[in-house]
Amino acid sequence: MSEFEPQIVAFFCNWCTFTAADLAGTSRLAYPPNLKIVRVMCSGMVDPKYVIKAFLNGADGVLIGGCWPGDCHYINGNLKARRRVAHLTEILKQYGIGEDRFWLRWIAASEGTMLQEVAREMTEKIKALGPSPIKTQQEAA
Amino acid sequence: MSNFTTVSYKKDELNKELATLLSALLEKKTVDGIMVPCRQPSGTVMQTLITDPVQTAQVDPFAPVAPVSSAKLASSLTAKPSGKKIALVMRSCEIRALIELVKLNQASLDNTLLIAQDCFGRYENKDFYALQEKGLTTESFIQAAQGGTTATDGLDVIEACTVCEHPVAANADIRLCLIGADAGTFSVEAASEKGEQAIKDMGLSGSDNAGKRADAVKTLVAARQDAFTQKFNEYREKINSFQALEENMVKCVNCYNCRVACPVCYCKECVFVTDTFRHDGDQFLGWAQHKGTLKMPTDTVFYHLTRMTHIGNFCVGCGQCTSACPNDVNLTMAFRAAAKVSQDRFGYESGRSLDEAQPLTVFHDDELVEVTGQVK
Ligand code: SF4
Ligand code: SF4
Ligand code: SF4
Repeated sequence: MSEFEPQIVAFFCNWCTFTAADLAGTSRLAYPPNLKIVRVMCSGMVDPKYVIKAFLNGADGVLIGGCWPGDCHYINGNLKARRRVAHLTEILKQYGIGEDRFWLRWIAASEGTMLQEVAREMTEKIKALGPSPIKTQQEAA
Repeated sequence: MSNFTTVSYKKDELNKELATLLSALLEKKTVDGIMVPCRQPSGTVMQTLITDPVQTAQVDPFAPVAPVSSAKLASSLTAKPSGKKIALVMRSCEIRALIELVKLNQASLDNTLLIAQDCFGRYENKDFYALQEKGLTTESFIQAAQGGTTATDGLDVIEACTVCEHPVAANADIRLCLIGADAGTFSVEAASEKGEQAIKDMGLSGSDNAGKRADAVKTLVAARQDAFTQKFNEYREKINSFQALEENMVKCVNCYNCRVACPVCYCKECVFVTDTFRHDGDQFLGWAQHKGTLKMPTDTVFYHLTRMTHIGNFCVGCGQCTSACPNDVNLTMAFRAAAKVSQDRFGYESGRSLDEAQPLTVFHDDELVEVTGQVK
């Protein structure tokens, strides 16, 4: 049997984390292909529904990447993201999707290496955890 | 501030006493209108807006039924200023929901006099009617409830009420107190300056002490808290996966009655009735193809989880969602559980205070560091 390859949906802020992913690319810093990157204008615009939908559709992990506090292009979008993530984590946790599958990380535009590290770390972690417990469920539940 | 006046009533005349007190508020022009549960000719009890003092004869605020949460009604009455003063006679869960709606700018307390009745719980509508047929009266219910039992003839108040730790409303101008009261009496408590003035207008002047009330409230609240802890733990143990959640919700038909009934579901237009969820046929077929099968209607668990994220910080545990569901989906515990974990995380309690900011409306640089675990 082939090794389990996690599917991670990654919502990256246009200004910092997405740029970091770009930088990682141009700097030839390889990171696991398990991340399916969705470019968003701000981590603060990641509606909880996007995260819920990703998990219901079988994502093994969701990663939100935003600018460091103080550096948000929209002043406090990242702080909103952090409160929302804390809130949503509590709800998802009750149904078996813990913090280990749902990450928020600050990665600045210049931190290509950090992006590489986080992507590796999260992929490894979820590999060890195994597939999402929702995998067996119907689509569009 | 807090002072109590004890009022006695003769058998079958509790509502008459209450009517006298409330009509005084209209006669003295303390308020221009009173929204209060009233007996309708058909025998049911509904919130009713009274402007004519004579009409207070129908009041029955302690009737153990609440066909809708009056928080939404209070919102329609107050969201846009009418310039009129209104007394609102409401249960604790309704007042707590109203406070959240005020914070969401969907209601206002500027011209209101909040009158809270002690609450031993409510029956489902159909149970209430059935019990009335068999002779249940508001007074017989109160008597039994004061003695520690709300079950009558094999029917009990709704599950939400059996685990409600707020039988006494925290935020009110006046409280109509029954818990710990001697038989044939209730007391009127002034809980704010506004309330104190209004009570004078009612013609009451006493300042009795609360008697056995404090202890009785404490005992009742403790029992309800224990009951909640037990139900919460049972829920967490049983419904701890998406699979289990889906099983719990499997009878859901996406009628969305639960959100219409919910006093704190605040969105003016629910995203689930927008084009976002009006999928095309080929989309459904695509999903079905993926697995070979697709349960329809779709998006039910998605809907409930989304609602949990929207109102997790606000749910007041009123049980209206469960009451409104035509398919007996047990929603109350799912939503109370979501509320418990989200509110605990932020140290917030829905309806506790007007001055507490709703958790998702404030953001600080130096908080929740544990979410990312990263410090610069
Ligand atoms: S939840 Fe039930 S017991 Fe609590 S205030 Fe509301 S109606 Fe009364
Ligand atoms: S009221 Fe019941 S059937 Fe209707 S949407 Fe809510 S849970 Fe589903
Ligand atoms: S989710 Fe249910 S119990 Fe909670 S406030 Fe809404 S209707 Fe009441």
